[in-house]
Amino acid sequence: MVDTIQDADLDTRLSIYRMMQEGRLFEKRAQDLFLEGLVKGTSHLGIGQEAVAAGFAATLEPEDLVFCTYRGHVHTLLRGAPMGALMAELLGRANGICGGKGGSMHLTDVAHGAMGSYAIVGAHMPIAAGAAWAAKARGTGQVAVCFFGDGTTNIGTFHEALNMAAVWKLPVVFVCENNLYMEYTAIRDVTAVEHPAADRASAYGLESILIDGNDADAVHAVAVRTVGRARAGEGPSLVEAVTYRHGGHSRADPGKYRPTEEVEEWLRRDPIPLYRERLLAAGADEATLQGIERDVRDAVDRATEEAREGPFPDPGTLETELWADGGAAWRN
Amino acid sequence: MAELTYREAVARAIGQEMERDPTVYFLGEDVAAAGGVFKTTEGLLERFGPERVRDTPISEQAIIGAAMGAAMNGLRPIAELMFSDFFAVCWDMVANQIAKTRYMTNGQVELPIVIRTANGGGVRFGAQHSQSVETWMMAIPGLKVVVPSTPVDMIGLFAAAVRDPDPVIVVEPKVLYASKGDVPDGEILDRLGEARTVREGGDVTICAIGAMVPKALEAAGRLADDGVAADVIDVRSLVPLDVRAIADSVERTGHLVTVEENPRLCGWGAEIASIMADEKFYALDGPIVRVTTPHLPLPSADVLEDAAIPSVDRIIDGVRRSLG
Repeated sequence: MVDTIQDADLDTRLSIYRMMQEGRLFEKRAQDLFLEGLVKGTSHLGIGQEAVAAGFAATLEPEDLVFCTYRGHVHTLLRGAPMGALMAELLGRANGICGGKGGSMHLTDVAHGAMGSYAIVGAHMPIAAGAAWAAKARGTGQVAVCFFGDGTTNIGTFHEALNMAAVWKLPVVFVCENNLYMEYTAIRDVTAVEHPAADRASAYGLESILIDGNDADAVHAVAVRTVGRARAGEGPSLVEAVTYRHGGHSRADPGKYRPTEEVEEWLRRDPIPLYRERLLAAGADEATLQGIERDVRDAVDRATEEAREGPFPDPGTLETELWADGGAAWRN
Repeated sequence: MAELTYREAVARAIGQEMERDPTVYFLGEDVAAAGGVFKTTEGLLERFGPERVRDTPISEQAIIGAAMGAAMNGLRPIAELMFSDFFAVCWDMVANQIAKTRYMTNGQVELPIVIRTANGGGVRFGAQHSQSVETWMMAIPGLKVVVPSTPVDMIGLFAAAVRDPDPVIVVEPKVLYASKGDVPDGEILDRLGEARTVREGGDVTICAIGAMVPKALEAAGRLADDGVAADVIDVRSLVPLDVRAIADSVERTGHLVTVEENPRLCGWGAEIASIMADEKFYALDGPIVRVTTPHLPLPSADVLEDAAIPSVDRIIDGVRRSLG
């Protein structure tokens, strides 16, 4: 494990705290709305894993490009996507960020550099590499950051993308959120190495980077370093952040395959209360933190209202936006 | 005007578009230093340099995925899949990612990507390097598919594909790489979604694409000797499909034969047959006949492969069956 190096000023750390709260409360509300039957289909919550997305989000520039998975509500939100439009997308409303065509697993907000939530494991790894290739070719200075789960380390795209990114020295940071379970199966039971991402880094000539993904400062420090390297033209990085999802894999999964003691231990290491305590110790005052928490609660309430009040999509939009001309015609 | 091989036309097409637009980049296996395994990309590395003409590892998922990511961030990539059979290796990138992303994001993501690929049989490569897979792509909403059958079409349709804001698959019949045709000087730009009537007759409509077009023309020539005048339509573009051109011909001839190199089931001709049965039923004076490869993997031995792929004789038989 890389030791925590606290390198951020208090304002940045307060912003990380705010982002973690936004992610947490947004997803808790999403869960409530599922239970109310307002959200159909499935969803994959990242409750417990917010420190990874927040630590990186605090590091990125507006023009940077983030790619995430079907467990991507938080990553998309923390790029600056409007919360109401994300919530409305979960509810299948016309004012959803994708007009109701994407849903929970495909949240995307290109205007804010949230370049998509990818629902086929590993697909976005070469896509992120390609975006980084374009950044390098065009000399834009952008960095691509690609978040993925531990299960991704066993699919071919992981290896193809890392190799290509390394050979082409692309400005991309691959961030493995190792929450210990691929879906319902422990990653250690199906992987040849102990650390599914970090132990593979050497195969691509990359530094092995293993961090506590529940320590937002540690994440932020590694984000500053790896994003900085990418921006400086020093090539890709592969980060493994060890974390834990508090719930199951998806809406349908209560996560019973996990030992109670393990779950309890990780709940004690919940990144948000841990960070709160650390900020108080670092001199943040209680009123400031409570103010952030109140603001975020209000924002989530407003977003929920916006989503609930949103109209359902006009069926006339069904055959739109397949092609760049706005339509879906395949014949004359 | 110059006479070019189809192979030379590929390089000219890519060069034309890279010259015109500095955001056009080209990547694939052995495309740069080696000039392509079919020698279709010779000279491009020297002209445009290693940043824009890139050799890749044997990583089809990374090639196509990188093309998608690059297209999302301001480039217009051309990706080569050495053999169209390799679509099976990177099908997720093509069918789930590239095809669907614009729709899923309600138009937020534009993907001006061209994937070009050597397709089809006739070269004795066996079942994993000879398939006609254009119907795979045709079946996925969100992909445009063109099949140029001549050098000039290769340039014109390819240029249209590169300039199109949507993903386009350019399917090159590898058996035609050595074929020749006249190509005008200067820039050549065609349009997607337009079939071409390459022979006018009036008694029967024969639809073909790619390597089946010259065979259909030969069949039409022999039929003419027997007093049967065939319209031969080079469909050229499977998506968008020029239904009107086919329907207009069928309206006049009352007979339709499709010539497909793909295996029998779910070929592009079945879709055209279905549309004509639906929309031109009362204009038809005989059965719609599909001449296809049998529903088999392609064998390697020349005798067997020749028996599988539609021949001129089988096309003539198909026409006779339709005429009754």
